[in-house]
Amino acid sequence: MNLNWQFIIDSLPLYQEAAWITLKLGFWAILISSIIGFICSIILYFEVKGLKSIVKIYIELSRNTPLLIQLFFLYFGLTKLGITLSENTCAIIGLSFLGGSYMAEAFRSGLESVSRSQIESGLSIGLSKAQLVSYVVLPQAFSVSMPSVAANCIFLLKETSIVGAIAVVDLMNVTKDLIGMYYQTFESLLMLVAAYLIIILPLSMLLTWLERRVRYAEFGN
Amino acid sequence: MQSLGISVLFKGMNMQRLFEGLMVTVRIAFISIVVSSLLGIVLGVIWTSKSKWLRLVCRVYLEMFRIIPILVWLFVMYFGVTTALNIDISGELVSIIVFSLWGTAEMGDIVRGALESLPKHQIDSGKAIGLSPWGLYRYILIPQAVKRMLPAAINLATRMVKTTSLVVLIGVIDVTKVGQQIIERSRIEVPTASFWVYGFVFILYFIICYPLSSISKRLENKWNG
Repeated sequence: MNLNWQFIIDSLPLYQEAAWITLKLGFWAILISSIIGFICSIILYFEVKGLKSIVKIYIELSRNTPLLIQLFFLYFGLTKLGITLSENTCAIIGLSFLGGSYMAEAFRSGLESVSRSQIESGLSIGLSKAQLVSYVVLPQAFSVSMPSVAANCIFLLKETSIVGAIAVVDLMNVTKDLIGMYYQTFESLLMLVAAYLIIILPLSMLLTWLERRVRYAEFGN
Repeated sequence: MQSLGISVLFKGMNMQRLFEGLMVTVRIAFISIVVSSLLGIVLGVIWTSKSKWLRLVCRVYLEMFRIIPILVWLFVMYFGVTTALNIDISGELVSIIVFSLWGTAEMGDIVRGALESLPKHQIDSGKAIGLSPWGLYRYILIPQAVKRMLPAAINLATRMVKTTSLVVLIGVIDVTKVGQQIIERSRIEVPTASFWVYGFVFILYFIICYPLSSISKRLENKWNG
């Protein structure tokens, strides 16, 4: 198989730009879904009345439907009702809607792993509820949920590959265009795979390292 | 007009066509899940082997699917492999192949995790009472491992059903594509069609995935809680 290296070099800027868009969307999606997830997990943990069932419905809806359909609904469906969003905003909303529930589960499992005795000990030395949460519960919960949060970050970055379907000029879209216009199939696909490897491989290694660290932390208890 | 938008779902053969599209989605998901459950069990057993080299191969195989998004694999298979081998295979077959390869890797990891999580003395005791390797799996390992892996395996099935939504992007006429055709055709008569059709597809996926994920959650609480 002879690769057209000149083509690869020429298309490099296109891929670079697209990779930035992927990273940018991923960054916002991770940030917003962490916030959503954190709020949801707090609501579930403290069993806030009324809000709890809303959060549960949201989590089930977002976990049991594909992102592609969520995006199509947001981008094509809502436009018809008069809500027009740009494709990038749409992608971020869609990704955050999806990621929020995954993050919520990750944080919740962390919060629930903090044992009852820790909370009771905190109360018995006279900590207020706010102190209890910020000094006792959150630090421990955070270290437990860290690996799943990292896994969710990778998951969200991978899911950004779908936003090409609603006209975001991401890596998938660039590849599809190049294949369609120049028939340089192998070169375009090679660049696509390489781009995702560069973005996700380091993160995946970081995740493996984190998981090992946390496992040691658990043994220390 | 606006309030009647939902009628687009019931006009003519629309509902029937949507369900025909759904059948394509379900077929792809079903075949892939069956294939990857079978091959995944084989892979998982191989994975527990002592050979470091063999374990590394399995690991690399899994990581390939964990790191590169499935949509990229669909593209590579659909555009790349078909061009390289100069063959013409349908998008449906491509998606079944890709989902099966991915599912096998994930299922293999689940099976490996379940087998390795069993305490070592179970194997030793089995050997001590003179069970053959097959007997060891049949009476000791599989019954215990199944309990540990079933929730994760059902979860994987849910993920695979959700991922089948991607096949529309490589030209398979699935439920989403049928939906798009209906929207295109009724653009003038029913401007809000896309809201109702995509909303409907959204609910269809939910109806398939929700029971699966709640069974998985219930089993997990029951067996491992």
